[in-house]
Formats: sequence, C-alpha cells, structure tokens
Amino acid sequence: MINRECGIFRTTYQADMSLYGVPLARITVAAFALFFALVFPFVVDHKHLVWANFAGISIVAAIGLNLLTGYTGQISIGHAAFMATGGYTAAIMTTRADVPFWVGLIAGGVFASAYGLIVGLPSVRVKGFYLAIATLAAQFITEWIINHVEWIGGGFQASIIVPPASLGPVRFDTELEKYYLVLALVVLAVVAGLNIARSRLGRAFVAIRDRDVAAEIIGVDIFRYKLLSFMISSFFAGVAGALYVYYVGTATIEAFQISRSIEILAMIIIGGLGSILGSIFGAVFVVVLPLALEDILEFFRGVLPVTDIDTFVSQLKLMVFGGLIMLFLMVEPEGLNRLWRNVKDYFRVWPFSY
Amino acid sequence: MLRARRFWPLALVAAVALFLAACEGGEEQPATGTPRAQQPTGAPITIGMMYDGTGATQLIGVAYKAGFEDYINLINSKGGIDGHPINVIFCEHGYNADRGVECYENQKRGGAIGTVTYGTPITAAVIGRCNQDQIVCTFPGYGSAAAANGERFPYGFPIAASYWSQAGAAVRFVLDEWQREGKSGKPKIAYLFYDNPAGNEPREVLRTIAQREGLQLEEVAVPAPGTEMSSQVTRITQSIRPDWVITHLFGSSPSVSIKALKEAGFPLNRVVALVWGSGDADVEAAGGWAFAEGYYGLQFTAIGTDLPVLREITEMYRSQGKQPPDLMTKNNVYYMRGVANAAVMVEGIRNALRQKGYPITGADLKAGIEAIRGEVAGVVNLNLSARDHEGGGSVRIYQVRGGRWQLARDWFQGYRDVIESFVYR
Repeated sequence: MINRECGIFRTTYQADMSLYGVPLARITVAAFALFFALVFPFVVDHKHLVWANFAGISIVAAIGLNLLTGYTGQISIGHAAFMATGGYTAAIMTTRADVPFWVGLIAGGVFASAYGLIVGLPSVRVKGFYLAIATLAAQFITEWIINHVEWIGGGFQASIIVPPASLGPVRFDTELEKYYLVLALVVLAVVAGLNIARSRLGRAFVAIRDRDVAAEIIGVDIFRYKLLSFMISSFFAGVAGALYVYYVGTATIEAFQISRSIEILAMIIIGGLGSILGSIFGAVFVVVLPLALEDILEFFRGVLPVTDIDTFVSQLKLMVFGGLIMLFLMVEPEGLNRLWRNVKDYFRVWPFSY
Repeated sequence: MLRARRFWPLALVAAVALFLAACEGGEEQPATGTPRAQQPTGAPITIGMMYDGTGATQLIGVAYKAGFEDYINLINSKGGIDGHPINVIFCEHGYNADRGVECYENQKRGGAIGTVTYGTPITAAVIGRCNQDQIVCTFPGYGSAAAANGERFPYGFPIAASYWSQAGAAVRFVLDEWQREGKSGKPKIAYLFYDNPAGNEPREVLRTIAQREGLQLEEVAVPAPGTEMSSQVTRITQSIRPDWVITHLFGSSPSVSIKALKEAGFPLNRVVALVWGSGDADVEAAGGWAFAEGYYGLQFTAIGTDLPVLREITEMYRSQGKQPPDLMTKNNVYYMRGVANAAVMVEGIRNALRQKGYPITGADLKAGIEAIRGEVAGVVNLNLSARDHEGGGSVRIYQVRGGRWQLARDWFQGYRDVIESFVYR
C-alpha cells in the first residue's frame, strides 16, 4: 500500500519486525479487508464473483508455491499433484466417512503435506532442473495413480461428486456464500504466508535460496528446512485443492493436470518470486485477465470483420493474453510486485524526487 | 530516458483504471438470430451452449458449435417453437474445467433452462450444480456413462450412446460380421484405448461381454498424448494377432492409430473406432480417404451431406444470400453432432411447451426431453425416459468407402442387458 514513512521511527526490534510498521498501512490493509468483505461481493456481477472465487483458490495455491520456489528456491512443476492429493483426500473423506468439510479441508492439507515430504526428498540431493524433472515425475505418477487405483479415483471416470460444504448451520451453497468461504481461506493463507516469510523459518528459506552452502555454514539445517518448505508449500496446495473440490462440487483429475501446475508457476513468475503480494497479483492476472479480455473484446463484436465472432474472440483473447504476459515481463522481469513497488517508491518521495 | 521511466508507474495505474472501467461495461450479449423469414412472436426461451474454440480439440468444438447454432437459427427462421424464439448464450471455455464452471454460472444467470456441457472435464465439474440448480445439462459423447441413470443424475442427459453402449455395440458388430462372413469359432479382439478416465471406462463392460461370449480380449493402453503408438501396434500385429481391433482414442491419436495399423499391415476393414475416432479429420490426418479405405467408425448421429436437415439449413443460408459454412461438409461428423444436440434440445422444449405451456423451467425441459421417443430431425434415434437418460444407446456404423463415410449398419444396440446392469448397479 502507499504509505509515507516520513516521521515514523522504529525504536524497538519488535516495531521493526511488525507486519505493518506504518500506522497508515494498518488502516489501508483494514480498508482493503473491509472492501473485499462488505463492498466487493455486493457491487460486482454474479459472473465476476465466480472469477473472484477461482482467483481466490489460485491465490492460496500460488502463495504455497511461492514459499517453495520464491523463498526457498526449490522449483516444483508438480504442484497440481499436491492439489489433487488434497482434493481427493477431502472428497473421499466427505463422501465415504461423512466428515464435516473443515476436517476434509485440513486433512487434505495434511495429506498433501505428507505427500510433499516424500516428493521433496530428492530436493535434498538434486537442485535446479533436476529437481524440476523429479517434481514433474511426481505429477505424472499422481495422475496415473488417481486414474488407475479405483479406491482413490472411485466414482465415475475418476471423479467424485462432493456435496456442498457446510459449517454448522451455514451451508456454502450460493456463489456469495462460497465467496466468503474462499475469502476466509485467502486471508488465512496471506497472514500465514506473511508470517512464515518474516519469521525464523522464512529467513532460513531465503538463506537456502540465496546460497545453500553458506546457509549450512551459518547453521541452517538444510535437510530439515528444505523438507519443511516442501511440506508447508504442499499444505497450502492441498488446502487449495480441497477448496477447489468443495467449490466446484467435483473432484476430477482433469482439473489437476500438468497445465494447472504450469499455470501456478506462471502466476508466481508473473507476480514476482519471493513475495506474498506478488502471488496475489499473479493469480489475479492469470485467472481474471483472460476473462476480462473476453468482456473487452465483446465490445468490438459488431466491428470485427469475421463470420464466427465467438471463436475469433476466444482466439484473439489468447493472443492478447500471451502478449500481455510478455509485455509485463519485459517491462519488469521481477514481476508485477516489483512494478507495484516502483509505483510505491515513486509516490513515497513525491513530489521531491531526489 | 530517466524522466520517461519515472512515468511508467503512473501510466500503469491509468491503464489499470481504464481497464477496470472497461470490464464493468462488458455485458454479455446473447447471440442474436439471423434475419428471419417468419418472425417469432412469443417471448424467447433461453438455453446455453458451451464449446471450445481454442485448445487441443477446437477442431471438434468449432464445428459442433456451428451445427448447433445453424439448427437453432433454422428453427428461429421458421418462427421458433410455437412462436417462441430460442435464444442461445454461447460460451467458449477452451476445454478448461474452471472456465466451464464460469460458463455455466453465466448461463444460469442469463436464465438458461438447459445447457450443453461440452467436454468430459467440464461435465464432471458442473454435473453436481446441474442437479442442484435444476438446469438440464446435455453432454452427448461426453461425461460418464453412469449418468445414463436418470434416477441418480436427474438433470444430466447423455442423450447419446455412452462409451459403455458404444463398446457393447462394437462387439455386437464384430460378432455379427464374423458370423456374416461364415467363420467358425470366436474372434479375438484387441481393445486399443487412450489411457485416461474416458478411455478406461468401457473396459469393465468389455470384459463382462467377453466372458459371457467366451471371446478372447486383449487390452492395449496408449499413454497420453497418444501421438506415438508403434510399440502398441507392434504388440497387436506381432504378438496378439487379433481378428478385430476396437479403438477408443481421442484428439490426434485416432489418425495415428489408422496410420500405424495400416503401415503394420493390419487390414483396416477389421478396425472399428468408437465415436471420437470416427471424424472426417481423423481420416484425413491419417493419410486421406483412399488410405483409410475400409475403416469402420461408430456414430450416434446420422452423418452425411445429403441429409434433409442439411438441405433445410442450406436453403436458409441461400435465402439470406449467403453460403452455408464449409464446416457442414468438411467437418460433417462433428457438425452433425452439434445439429443433433440442438435438435434434442428443441424437441425437448417443444414437448415441454405442449405438456405445460409457456413459461417453462428446467424441470419442464427435463420432462420434455424424457418424453422423446424415436427419430428426431432425422439425425438421432432416442427412446428416453425418466430412468434412461441415454435414450437406449443406439448407434450407427459407417465405413470409409469411396472417399466418404458410407452407412454400414443402421441403428442398433449391443448387449443392452449388460449395459443396464452397469448403469443401474
């Protein structure tokens, strides 16, 4: 948020480490929270609420991957596999054991986290591209298992229909109710992410990312923290997967394929590696922009000289979307978060630039 | 240079603001019909239609949508149904489940009483919502075979032979051909399938039938993306040596299978493909019509360019001074699936209007579709009921002969009792 730090002095370590050191920051964060809780869902279209829900689920997954890839420097091209683990765990527990949805949600996270521990084991030995391939293998293995093990895939064509989530007397049935469910989890994920990043854990992650040998020398237990990073990251992904399943109403393997893994990776690269806010920017960019482009191109429906306008628009949308990704990455390779920081820096000293 | 750089953030903020302002106004415009010969007088009835205009299967999606749209325009040009024009909310989803949910919600908001949930992942993602919202969801050739059970999926309508029925019909066809040729014993069948949920679905049915008939059945899986299958084909031609091959493949893999089997010396008139391996493009991509001579393909609609309904659509275009889309002939198989889907929707609406009268809801449309018996628009043959949402699972078999698909066997069913034992288990 745009804050003027002028006149604010931090006199204790505690103040220096606080999440929002500037009073105005606290107010803006609270204002944003209130806006998304009380104003946003009531002013937008039903359609835009659907976008917001998908964006929210992606934010949770993207924050998880950013902790792993952005903060710890361990690449994963198999994050959809962790989402699938969480999603199917939740679906199986809800349909067969009839547990409340929050148990399914947490169990999804825990199971994904345990699975992440196993998949993360190679990360102790291999780095960079090699780790990328190891996680890619996990993606394919997971897809295969869900497709072929009937106990897991169950249902029809490896998909399980899940009843809507409910918490006590509240049923998350309508889009608006689901929005609040997603929003609550996004807030939890953001707060958790920010706190992990600024604590001992996050500093150990960053140390490993920047130079693992040096980190080991200063006393960071690489084995432990790399695996912890995998576990925490998979927990986020598992919760996102379970949330997806409760939101959509079906656990289907076709929603957790390699393209989803790459999409999450794209989110954090576009948004900015090693930044929680960047994860949010990236998720919103990747999920909402193509849909918004469709709306914009809809304006030109009558003007475009083509016969099959619907198909043309959908293709043009992809081209514009691809072009925009390239543009943003060329303008600022460090992602949208960096762009945002530039904006902030500009206003911080405005109007006296020097 | 330095100064210019500093304005970047401001420019960006302005761009974002403009952009946000722009998306607010983007109201979805319903597709309007073409100029009508006979203006419908009543209030419109809204339905939805999803398809993919981008992505791996857009070849199917674009033709499917064209067929659907043309048939609806044809009905509207004839004055609609009892004077009520049909308004279709089209939605492109790129074969992506998330976008499919978005499409569904959008169409629901637009007042659609039924929709086409094109694509297996999309169908899986929205079928729960269809039941909950009481919106009729049709998915011929997609979705799970178990959705044929109308008691379990009250608002899910496969309205075409499921993979189970297709597999049953394929075996029936193989056995009948075997008998017709006067051969003794039982044929040995290889089942070549794409290793995804849809490809795996008929295996249990095939095993059950093989056990009952005493057939020897070998299953050969093709892993995604299925663009290479020399080892599978070698296994078929060298070690299994079947009498017949039933293929169940998707995307570009059917053409690869035709090519590989032919090159390995396997006779193509001993190959029968389920519905996603029997498109025009599959034959063309494999090496052309002459190359694929003899290849059999299952269809759950009538195909061909000389059907009466296509003459009517052509007539409609001519009367507007336009040429009909070349998809009608070039991509006839998938175009006809769109026409068939639209025809079932229209017939369902017509029945609903007769049974209840305007306005109709999703529940009325459900009852209307369940009342369909027999041929619809000369393209499909369905016997639907509240229990059977598949419509009997009849198929036709066509063969590549003389540069086009020619009818090899008219509407028939295979092993209905076995299929039903699976649907209602």
